[in-house]
Amino acid sequence: MAAVDQNALLQFLLRMGDNTLILGHRVSEWCGTAPALEEDIALANTALDLIGQTQLWLGYAAEVQGEGKSPDDLAFLRDAWDFRNVLLVELPNGDFGQTLMRQFFFDAWSSILMPRLANSSDPRIAEIAEKAAKEVAYHVERSADTVVGLGDGTEESHQRMQAALDDLYPYVGEFFLSDETDAALAAAGIAPDPASLRAEYDAFLERVMAKATLTLPEDRFAHSGGRNGKMHTEHLGHILTQMQWLQRAYPGNTW
Amino acid sequence: MVTVMDRPSTDQVWQWLHQIPDPEIPAISLTDLGIIRDVAWADDTLTVTVTPTYSGCPATSIINMEIETTLRAHGIDKLALKRQLSPAWTTDWMTEEGRQKLEAYGIAPPQPAGGPKACPRCQSDNLERLSQFGSTPCKAQWRCRDCLEPFDYFKCI
Repeated sequence: MAAVDQNALLQFLLRMGDNTLILGHRVSEWCGTAPALEEDIALANTALDLIGQTQLWLGYAAEVQGEGKSPDDLAFLRDAWDFRNVLLVELPNGDFGQTLMRQFFFDAWSSILMPRLANSSDPRIAEIAEKAAKEVAYHVERSADTVVGLGDGTEESHQRMQAALDDLYPYVGEFFLSDETDAALAAAGIAPDPASLRAEYDAFLERVMAKATLTLPEDRFAHSGGRNGKMHTEHLGHILTQMQWLQRAYPGNTW
Repeated sequence: MVTVMDRPSTDQVWQWLHQIPDPEIPAISLTDLGIIRDVAWADDTLTVTVTPTYSGCPATSIINMEIETTLRAHGIDKLALKRQLSPAWTTDWMTEEGRQKLEAYGIAPPQPAGGPKACPRCQSDNLERLSQFGSTPCKAQWRCRDCLEPFDYFKCI
């Protein structure tokens, strides 16, 4: 493995772990309230996989950081400005269609990235990605099927899915905005340049949206500020108040 | 106290591990599931290498606790549990005995085709998938169109 700036590596791991942590928390909000029992179970299981992946990413992040922190410390004791997730994952769940559209956008990205990360020059990243790739393959099969089923469904479900697509698509571009951190990791063979995943991602989205009878917006405007930590949406702070309150109110409390 | 001279053989340790049921699917043991990857002595310390089925499987910490409890009860006091992620767990590592026990328990064992071969209750192959996810991350929900019983299918990964 080529030498890489440890701070760049840490930023990358936080980006990976914060994406799965925040999305996992969001998806878990459906537990007990999804429209059908099967969907409830499926969403809870997806959330569980995402939180499991978070433990691996943030576990490695904590090691690289070298301050003796645990993955739980990183999850529960950082404030909004220290999070590096893309804005997409912190958006409110909306209706079931919006949740599944967001999930598909994320799963599609993850399903393209993980097999590449499984060849990372960093063996720790490679083994986490190898494990996650199997779970993600399953997630994307389900979220793509559901997007197709609801898009090419009733008039009501079609309209809702088109609205979800229009609302959420401006948050997709942030996945592919490369910066200096990404350049350092790509040069060291640790992770691919995010921009290099875009063509495959676009082709995948076009295939699924065509089957779902949905129209992809032409405008490529991209909201950003999450993965570089410059500006999150107001929603992240609200998630953290709920997710972190126990550790904030009772520091160090354990099961 | 285990010394190098009287430490139990790794075969013996494998047998003890074979007796530990999976906490979520107690019909099969940890070795049936194929998640114990290695058992090795280094001087007087025993290292057991375990791989998780799914990264978010909540049973992982219980599994580690049960391994520790069982082996300590057999007098092994210097014990190291090692987590191994790669190669990632696959249902191909499930033993034939494990697959038979699963089916007898009412869970259709994993198939390379990606779906159950037959209803674990009536053996019909007239089946439909209800959901890609089931009662645990490792299972999916299916139903038999003949006997109409829903059942768990152990996903092939």
